[in-house]
Amino acid sequence: MSDQSLHPPLVNNSLLPPMAPPCGIRPSPVTWIRKNLFSTPFSGVLTICFTVLAAWLLHQFVSFAVLDAVWAGGQEECRANPDGACWPFIVEKFDYLRYGAYPVSERWRVDLTLAIGAVLIVWLLWRRAPRRNVAALLFFVAYPVVAFVLLRGVASLDLPVIDTVLWGGLLITLLMSIVGIVFSLPLGVLLALGRRSELPFVKAVCVTFIEVVRGVPFITVLFMANFMMPLFVPDYLTPDRLLRPLIAIALFSSAYMAEVVRAGLQAIPKGQYEAAKALGVSYFTMMRLIILPQALTIVIPGIVSTFIGLFKDTTLVAIVGIADFLRAVETARVDPNWAGPTISSTGYLFAGLVYWIFCFGMSRYSQSMERALARGHKS
Amino acid sequence: MSDVLLAAPSRRSLSLHDAKVRGIIYQVLLAVSLLALAVGIAVQTASNMRARGIPLSFGFWNEAAGFDINQTLIPYDTLSTYGQAFWVGVVNTLYVSLLGIVLATVLGFVVGIARLSPNWIVSKVAASYVEIIRNIPLLLQLLFWYNAVLKTLPAPRASIELPGGIYLNNRGLIIPEIQLYAGAGTVGLAFLAATIFCVAFWSYARRAQNRTGKQLPVLWVGLAALIGLPLIVFLLVGSPVSFVTPDLKGFNYRGGHQLYPEFAALLIGLSVYTASFIAEIVRSGIQAVPKGQTEAAHALGLAPGKTLRLVIVPQALRIIIPPLTSQYLNLTKNSSLAVFIGYPDLVQIFAGTVLNQTGAAVQVMAITLSVYLAISLVTSMAMNAFNQRFAIVER
Repeated sequence: MSDQSLHPPLVNNSLLPPMAPPCGIRPSPVTWIRKNLFSTPFSGVLTICFTVLAAWLLHQFVSFAVLDAVWAGGQEECRANPDGACWPFIVEKFDYLRYGAYPVSERWRVDLTLAIGAVLIVWLLWRRAPRRNVAALLFFVAYPVVAFVLLRGVASLDLPVIDTVLWGGLLITLLMSIVGIVFSLPLGVLLALGRRSELPFVKAVCVTFIEVVRGVPFITVLFMANFMMPLFVPDYLTPDRLLRPLIAIALFSSAYMAEVVRAGLQAIPKGQYEAAKALGVSYFTMMRLIILPQALTIVIPGIVSTFIGLFKDTTLVAIVGIADFLRAVETARVDPNWAGPTISSTGYLFAGLVYWIFCFGMSRYSQSMERALARGHKS
Repeated sequence: MSDVLLAAPSRRSLSLHDAKVRGIIYQVLLAVSLLALAVGIAVQTASNMRARGIPLSFGFWNEAAGFDINQTLIPYDTLSTYGQAFWVGVVNTLYVSLLGIVLATVLGFVVGIARLSPNWIVSKVAASYVEIIRNIPLLLQLLFWYNAVLKTLPAPRASIELPGGIYLNNRGLIIPEIQLYAGAGTVGLAFLAATIFCVAFWSYARRAQNRTGKQLPVLWVGLAALIGLPLIVFLLVGSPVSFVTPDLKGFNYRGGHQLYPEFAALLIGLSVYTASFIAEIVRSGIQAVPKGQTEAAHALGLAPGKTLRLVIVPQALRIIIPPLTSQYLNLTKNSSLAVFIGYPDLVQIFAGTVLNQTGAAVQVMAITLSVYLAISLVTSMAMNAFNQRFAIVER
């Protein structure tokens, strides 16, 4: 009707040139400091106090662990230096801290077992790894058998039997945690399913077990395993002294695992259950193929946190005479040959670093998993 | 055709294809196997205990214990019975747990709030505290405090002297003993009266505010009453308190109160460790309150302090309290690590010494487990009651 050329078109038919970024979106360091460190007088005072505190702590740590530490030499150098850590002590005791009294010629078996375990765990936890179900099968079924054969030994396979009295150090700590996770996860899944079951007696049994175990300290469970398990069974069935705390740790953490898995089961929308039932899928098939794969994936962070707790709790097995890593540090620390002013602190510092690296690494993994899962749910 | 369809539901089928029937069969099987296991264990245990000469009764309860305990809150000596030793253990466990809970809560809230501070360095220091402490086993921390810190303090003869007659050495912290004379009771009564007055005034102020909208200075009146009244009475009756300063006799101090290193290490370790978990709970609880709540409160003209006190904290607490309670329970359970550093708690005295002396493993363990179960049961009941009281009421 009207002449269109009189009006400019309402729609751009060419791309606009990009605009210059708004200025001031990246604050200068001065702005940043003013905003984050000295926004109010009170904040400024806090900044100064905390900077001094942090600097002092860091200085104490670095001077003890690095600057004033004894790096080379032997017992005499350590005895003469009351200010810094004594690293030669750790170097000498390093093998003892890792293997305990496990015979030197057979230590490759420990290394091999732990290496296989590490590979399987990485395979299992790496989210983009192929065929993770194979890894799960290997880890939860084949690995315990392989580990048992390798560590304890079978005479017919030309692997001499090593008595568990000789086992110790980091080997025990890792063994305890791996056995804990391998047995407590399946058991925890069963308990969680039992707790959510519609069968009243099954539910009652599972709830009682979970609540009783979660209500008592781990030490008392260890005491029970150590003192009462031999009374429960005939003499010829008495479990090995290392097996008793292993059973205790598996049962104890299964109750905690059950609660984690239950949270996952509750988070699965009801429609999933109903759809499966509507398709005529049986209970166990539904759980195996539909519910558990989803539930277990969303609770991986929870499983990892429980595992961190389990890893830290393995230190308590020392109470029933098992020489775990921390116990080995305790034994090494009171060695009269190495009596020195900073031996104890060095031992605890080293132990703390080892535990911290393991736990912090796992918690980082769990956090990244949590973020990845949150992304998946939003998209 | 239709007859068959109608009749089908009323017929009770007893086949294995009926989920109900299968359910009953599963449960009967479980019950029978559990019962068989229990009976088997009971019979075996009884015969094993008889064979090893372990007592089957609770008769040991009234026998003389014959060992001493250095830290007791209730009367106990070597002539006391195992039963009394048990109560000493229970009281000591509760004592260290309660103190630990108070300290851990204070420290945890401070660190948790510091993590949310807009000040970069404060939040980073708090974050480092949490990440370092909670990733190191509690036992290692206890051993560190006990063996590497408290045990390396100087011997009693070379004690570190702190102002006010306080001495610090490797046998603990020795503080002056407070001795009360006649009239001290009156001061206590005055304090009690002040407390009652405070509660009454607070409820009056609340009602007055609801009626008129005016606020009364509850805090200042309360403080004045709580501190002023006992102080006036204290001066009137002529300061009925004196301090007995400890003095060195031989190798140790006589007089004064002694805070043992075992107790101190356990208390410090438990509070520092649990505080790192509480800090995370507090942080996530506060972060879970939607930002709109703060903005709405500001828009209504509430001052920042009041926004925090009246809007944010009540909502955050509802999220914080349940996990906080489970941390309190964890702390109580973790107090059993006392056995590693020799603080006489329930596990150390009862499941340790008494079990070794009497050999009555089954009875002793049953009693110990029941105590911890009772504690967690009572706590979760209180927790549920609290949740019901403070749950959001949907209108």
